[in-house]
Amino acid sequence: MKSVLSVFILATIISTSLIAQESGRKIPAVDVKKLDQTTFNTGDISNDGKPIIINFWATWCSPCKRELNTIAEVYEDWQEETGVKIVAISIDDTRNVPKVEPYVNGQAWEYEVYIDPNSDFKRAMNVNNVPHTFLVDGNGNIVWQHNSYQPGDEDELYELVQKLAAGESID
Amino acid sequence: MLRKINVLAAGLIISAFSGFSQELLDGIQIHGNIDIYGQTYNEDSIIGAPVVPEKAGLNAFTNLIATKGAFTAGVRFESYMPPIQGFDNRYGNQKVGIPYRYVNFVKEGLDITVGNFYEQFGTGMILRAYEAPSLGYDNVFDGLRVKYSPFRGVYLKALAGNQRYYWNKSDGIVRAFDGEVQLNELFTKFNESKLRVALGGSFVSKFQSAGISSITLPENVASWASRVQMNYKGFGFTGEYAYKINDPSSDNNFIYRAGQGLFLSGTYSTKGFGINVSAKTIDNMAFRSDREATINDLFINYLPALTRQHTYNLSSTLYPYATQPNGEIGLQADIIYKVKKGTKIGGKYGTTIQVNLSAIQGHDTTRLSNPNELLTQEYLPNDPTRQGYKTSLFSVGDETFYRDYNIEITRKINKSIKLKGSYIHQNYNIDLVQGTATGSNVIADIAVMEGTFKLAKKHSIRAEAQHLWTAQDQGNWAFALLEYGYSPHWIVSLLNQYNYGNSNKALRVNYPTAQVTYIKNANRISIGYGRQRAGIFCVGGVCRNVPAANGLTVAITSSF
Repeated sequence: MKSVLSVFILATIISTSLIAQESGRKIPAVDVKKLDQTTFNTGDISNDGKPIIINFWATWCSPCKRELNTIAEVYEDWQEETGVKIVAISIDDTRNVPKVEPYVNGQAWEYEVYIDPNSDFKRAMNVNNVPHTFLVDGNGNIVWQHNSYQPGDEDELYELVQKLAAGESID
Repeated sequence: MLRKINVLAAGLIISAFSGFSQELLDGIQIHGNIDIYGQTYNEDSIIGAPVVPEKAGLNAFTNLIATKGAFTAGVRFESYMPPIQGFDNRYGNQKVGIPYRYVNFVKEGLDITVGNFYEQFGTGMILRAYEAPSLGYDNVFDGLRVKYSPFRGVYLKALAGNQRYYWNKSDGIVRAFDGEVQLNELFTKFNESKLRVALGGSFVSKFQSAGISSITLPENVASWASRVQMNYKGFGFTGEYAYKINDPSSDNNFIYRAGQGLFLSGTYSTKGFGINVSAKTIDNMAFRSDREATINDLFINYLPALTRQHTYNLSSTLYPYATQPNGEIGLQADIIYKVKKGTKIGGKYGTTIQVNLSAIQGHDTTRLSNPNELLTQEYLPNDPTRQGYKTSLFSVGDETFYRDYNIEITRKINKSIKLKGSYIHQNYNIDLVQGTATGSNVIADIAVMEGTFKLAKKHSIRAEAQHLWTAQDQGNWAFALLEYGYSPHWIVSLLNQYNYGNSNKALRVNYPTAQVTYIKNANRISIGYGRQRAGIFCVGGVCRNVPAANGLTVAITSSF
């Protein structure tokens, strides 16, 4: 009887957590810093029902900078066509925090940039290493994620953004 | 009959429990990430690879986070079977365990965490708990933390806890408080002001029993810090000053001198141009929750190196600087300039130039007594000889700790070719940072060329050539890397390093490595084989010595 009970409980847990998974994961609410060092809560990330790309990067991460600099060249077109917004989360710590804003402006990025100096948001989003990209649909659900970057990855990402913007499922 | 009752009772329990668990579990989300790194060790005496009796090492980290409404709970499983070479052996004292678990509750500006938590006050000069799993660094707190925002623009934090010490906890307890006021948020009339000002202050106290000791030890050590952050249009300024009362420890050879630190940083940036100039001076600021702790153990504070964090192999892992918490003074400038597209220098697609200059010196100090004699003396609080040395926070001594002057130019040639060239000059006090006794600094010059070539949609090649010149230490190095990428799934890379300039001919060794990586969404599997050069791998302010190795590596990461 005991085993039946435990199997039943286990099944309940699994099924309920599976149901929960399907309903989609929202962006966790964690305090990060704006470029002017004031506090911003990631629960407030939004884009008027249009898709959002959340990208974790750092000033010391070469592939991260390759990715964000490559996308920067086409970002205007992406925004015009799909309304997508890119939120770039720098995981630089105290050592490099003062270099983030000069780098972002120096490269003339138009992204919304936040700094996560003690990796609180990185932990909450279960990011192992950078670059790590999340795609969030118009309802605020995280629907896709990708780790690392190589040239051409931005094409796959944009195809998914276009699908989301058109209201299609990306599975 | 009895059987029937049993079944009935069980049925009731099941239905009650399922109803209860249904309610409890409704809307629970579970997410996590896994990071597994395994390596085999072949014997290879010529590169100095240590003989590993287990023939292999395995580190694995699994994080699970469950959230429901205002509640979050998390755990991390860690496994070391045995630890990868270069990780502290004390991680191997337990094969698998849960060093990190917490419950967090957030409601109406109140945020309470019970269990483990990471935290940083200001720039971290008197408190920062963080993790760097790839380095085996984790000084997480275990205790209680409360964060509260009573009004918009006012942020308060209080905590108490022990720190992680491998599979144990620190002897010492840390109690700390931090307050920050963002004036523009607090006062409505400044809401729209272009001048943004934030003020902050922290207080950190540690308690550690004196135990049985031949000298009088302070059991409570207090430290405080105050900070300011200002922004006006493209300008930004950060300043933090920290003070720590006498804290005799292994770091300072048990002297009764107070510690001080000052960090100042100014930035200016506009579209296409950015500059940051930072200055830092610290004296006797090693702050740990155990006075006997050494190496990277049980730091309460964080003192990162005021230098560029290099990314290329030869510039980052041979001569990386690490802050000297006992005393140093340094200056760093970092400049980025994007030359406009369509100009002669900028070319068709624009050119980016980055320059970074840093210089770290010791303080000008006068030793007051032979530090080795201190322990035999009676404790006299006002005895100046127990102060160890005399110096000023702003003095600049003769000893060069580190110099790094570097330039990096990135230029897109056409739609498929991007080139990057770097030149780096380093002057490295190897005796101080690595504890050697060579008697002279290493002067190294490093040149790097990198090219990215997009062959076709999804196909790309990246190549790196690096060279390091030095007359000291191991002499000249050459490095080459070739990487083929098939987006979005495959990366194949081949690299070789050759220490052809070693003064000992027998040590002129090649270090070839091949690696294949497969990526699918947030899963990544990487398999490599070859020789790994001994080096120092750093993230942020912490470095790990990685001994030479020869063998197979497997790395798996996943987020879900």
